Amino acid sequence: MNVRASRRKFLAAGLLAMGGLACDSQRPRTGFLGAMERANERFQRALFDPHRLAPELPEEDESDEFPAYKISERYPLAPGGWALVVGGLVERKLVLSPADLQRLPRTRTRVRHHCVEGWSAVASWDGVRLSEIARLAGANPRARYVEFRSFDSGYYSSWDLESALHPQTILAYGMNGEPLAPEYGAPLRLYSAVKLGYKMVKFLTEVSFLPMRTGGYWEDRGYEWFAGV
Amino acid sequence: MSRSGQPVQPWPIRATHWANAILLVILAGSGLQILVAFPMLGAYAEPYRWYPLQDFTPPAAVRIGAWLAGARHWHFAFGWFFVANATVYAIYLFASGAWRERLFFPRRDARNAVETVLHDLRLRRDAPRKVGLYNGMQRLSYTGVLVMAPLLVLSGLAMYKPVQLPRLTALLGGYDFARAIHLLVLAALTAFTVVHVVQVILHPRTFVDMTVGRRARAGEAP
Repeated sequence: MNVRASRRKFLAAGLLAMGGLACDSQRPRTGFLGAMERANERFQRALFDPHRLAPELPEEDESDEFPAYKISERYPLAPGGWALVVGGLVERKLVLSPADLQRLPRTRTRVRHHCVEGWSAVASWDGVRLSEIARLAGANPRARYVEFRSFDSGYYSSWDLESALHPQTILAYGMNGEPLAPEYGAPLRLYSAVKLGYKMVKFLTEVSFLPMRTGGYWEDRGYEWFAGV
Repeated sequence: MSRSGQPVQPWPIRATHWANAILLVILAGSGLQILVAFPMLGAYAEPYRWYPLQDFTPPAAVRIGAWLAGARHWHFAFGWFFVANATVYAIYLFASGAWRERLFFPRRDARNAVETVLHDLRLRRDAPRKVGLYNGMQRLSYTGVLVMAPLLVLSGLAMYKPVQLPRLTALLGGYDFARAIHLLVLAALTAFTVVHVVQVILHPRTFVDMTVGRRARAGEAP
């Protein structure tokens, strides 16, 4: 009787401990919560249609206020002679200056922006489709992931190729008809209709086409990796 | 209506009821922790005027997940179990025929529901007779709360995938409105739960029915 009672207690304590490890709020990408994140990624990938466009909105929908975020203490300024490096599994490594980027086919997208915090806002973004950059560089089809790096204290993020090549995923140098301001990621930032805001790396330095996924600034701290909308 | 010897609440109802209670606590707690990151309804800097609780942060005691990323993982992990449990319940409800005595049918239940409310408000002396398992007001509230489940799931999906599920999101009035629906349905569900718990305290036998599954005796109105 006593043995059974203590065995029951031991089992209960063990289950509680496992449950605690399995759902660790501080490290939510591990244990049971992490396994469910991977299941949710499969669900999100199944829902993702590379040809489905987010509705383009009229100019009057542009928000009066659009929140700006950074990791560094101040909005970082582009180093002198800034150029974007496009590398990884590519046929031609590219080094694109602001003038080079302006010469590439320009596209504008004005869609609803979804932040992980829950707010939404609208701005229009001018830039170059990432699919155009991939084509120019001759990205190898074995590169299923794209990593974006910045000069904002090492902020970075890695994406699935399908979302990166979506027609509404662009490298933006303009916002609401003006050149991109430092608060919003000047001189060049990633913008996309199909991801949460924290995936859109600002203050870009490097785009790499890679055969494996890496992490990201927020992803390494516990935020979801796929983060599609 | 219940046959003698059959539990008033059959085991699939009891199992899904308590699983649902646990899952709703997890989903409400993690949902409120997610809300803390932006405790406003409406798009950024365009708060809905009709929502009285703008900028209200729910107290830490009712939150689960510790921070935004933690709470999102809890929410999206356990949302599936909520859907699975609700599906099992729905299948049982219809396959067993239990829906006939549990769901609200206006012709049978509307008058009884009004009379029950009048009696509870002391405006009517006699308690209306139960029609089988429940009175009309019980059927109305339980059916109402069943309608909330798909509304919660659909508004949640619209917030989760506003771009990939454009028709659903548009049907619910867009991303920000779906977010408002999601929270307001939670508020309605909380109000239901308060009344529900008070009623169970007033009628403790129902708690026995929903836990150990007391059997109805012959000739006894359940």
